[in-house]
Amino acid sequence: MVSNTIRGRAVKFGDNIDTDQIIPARYLFTSDEKELARHCMEGADPAIVAVMRPDDIIVAGRNFGCGSSREHAPVSIKAQGHPCVIAESFARIFFRNAINIGLPIFESPDAARAIRTGDAVEVDLAGGMIKVGGNRFAFEAYPEEIRRIIAAGGLLNAVRETLRSRGRPPQPEVGASGR
Amino acid sequence: MRMGMTITEKILAAHCGAASVRPGQFVECAVDFCMGNDVTAPLAIKAFESVGATEPFDRERIALVPSHFVPNKDIQSAEQCKVMREWAQKHRIRWYFERGEAGVDHALLPEQGLVGPGDLVIGADSHTCTYGALGAFSTGVGSTDLAAVMATGRIWLRVPESMKFVYRGVPADPWVGGKDLVLLAIKRVGFDGATYKAMEFTGGAISRLPMDDRLTMCNMAIEAGGKSGIIAPDSVTEEYCRGRCRRPYVFYASDPDANYREENVFELDVSGLTPLVAMPHSPDNVAPVDEVGDVRIDQVFLGSCTNGRLSDLRIAASILKGRRVAKGVRFVVIPATPAIFLEALRAGYIEILKEAGADIGDSHCGPCLGGHYGVLAAGEVCLATSNRNFPGRMGHRDSKVYLCNPAVAAASAVAGKIISPAKIGIRP
Repeated sequence: MVSNTIRGRAVKFGDNIDTDQIIPARYLFTSDEKELARHCMEGADPAIVAVMRPDDIIVAGRNFGCGSSREHAPVSIKAQGHPCVIAESFARIFFRNAINIGLPIFESPDAARAIRTGDAVEVDLAGGMIKVGGNRFAFEAYPEEIRRIIAAGGLLNAVRETLRSRGRPPQPEVGASGR
Repeated sequence: MRMGMTITEKILAAHCGAASVRPGQFVECAVDFCMGNDVTAPLAIKAFESVGATEPFDRERIALVPSHFVPNKDIQSAEQCKVMREWAQKHRIRWYFERGEAGVDHALLPEQGLVGPGDLVIGADSHTCTYGALGAFSTGVGSTDLAAVMATGRIWLRVPESMKFVYRGVPADPWVGGKDLVLLAIKRVGFDGATYKAMEFTGGAISRLPMDDRLTMCNMAIEAGGKSGIIAPDSVTEEYCRGRCRRPYVFYASDPDANYREENVFELDVSGLTPLVAMPHSPDNVAPVDEVGDVRIDQVFLGSCTNGRLSDLRIAASILKGRRVAKGVRFVVIPATPAIFLEALRAGYIEILKEAGADIGDSHCGPCLGGHYGVLAAGEVCLATSNRNFPGRMGHRDSKVYLCNPAVAAASAVAGKIISPAKIGIRP
């Protein structure tokens, strides 16, 4: 689980980093985390990737993780050891996937714009603050429902809990489509 | 008095057992149908097993489609497909499609009547938003979400704000299709302009639009960041669904007093619209085809969940009849499903395309995602009817992808450069 403070050196990417750049489709033949980690960010700007270290905090502009729904993208980032991602905004499916697998992500347009590659970044989870040099930036707090998933340790734990409490996999309620 | 709801809000309300829902609300919904493919399902299966789930929620409501790296392109992709196949056999998954009956997932499911109007559909693939063309709420998720759906039949969702795109007028240009209508919307709002939102397509130009074009439009909602795309069902929908949908379906429509924020409503006059092209490296980098300049191409790809349907092949065949693919251009054509392939064969389209020099593949995602069957080398340029053109999407990071409709793709294959059919004197 995530501790209360995340510290790391920043490596900065631009807008619209899609999942093909995070993990190119040619590596999707595997679900092996170590193999995915090896190719993390391989499709992104080679000049940035050249200076990136496995424990860097990934910082990006708008729409990080757009494109395909491949969960391999947040999995590769987490498996590589990047402690978190800070971006101006995240694409929706990437956001869900990151929460579901327990990769910490923080939406803060001001922080994402201010941070430069090489900056020492500290994320204070309890205080909802990102600290860079002398500057402090608030990040968007998760809604209650998402905090519950995080508290459970990811979606799978939440599902495990549901299955246990119901004794057996529940049948869906009759929906609107008249089944 | 009850506030009016959008079609999306009505479908979500019906599936979470509420009389009404509002944007921003979190709801837990019953899922009518879910799907995964050879890229996403193996991870989902791993997750399914890891939570101790013993049986899927409903073996009739899960589709598993080997669509991406098939026919198995190497040992590793063969192993992925094997995981999916064996799990499907073990749980007697009704809608596991073996190669030969499988195709591009998002072309296959509507065609086979597995998804229909009023449904709530969850798919572990970003282009699951395609089924909104039928008047369903349908959205893409990752593998862990799919695992949760396969285990419980339910999913948490945040009710999206709805955006309304009102298409006014009828395009005078005969080569304009659904692809151009959706590219126009993506250009208007930008690559992330619809993030977390439902994109509702409406207006006179939509009511006349055939189902194939509607599927193309909703397919690309994700390219503006949209959670879903949707078109209210009408007589075109009814005609498509009658005798095809395997479950009873419900038509929903937005209330006249449904709440759209002012900044979420877009009026688009399309009467003067000409075919559009999305230039590298973003689907919102859109310009009329006549304004992209002199762009030589190495490859043309006609296919994918966006534009690999029968009408797309018909358009391409009409242009290539009696013509040849330009020397030095590779024209890769992939009918999206076996049924489409057969119909195109019987109608003579396949023969025309083959005689013109096309390379025809058998119903898979092909080069769209740079996996196999037409991967690009450094510096190469591809014009594709698919949906994405991010850096490296179809191969080397230094390759370039332009996106267009099937008519522009076919005309450009003949010319060897990006061009509209009208420009080289081709009329419908």
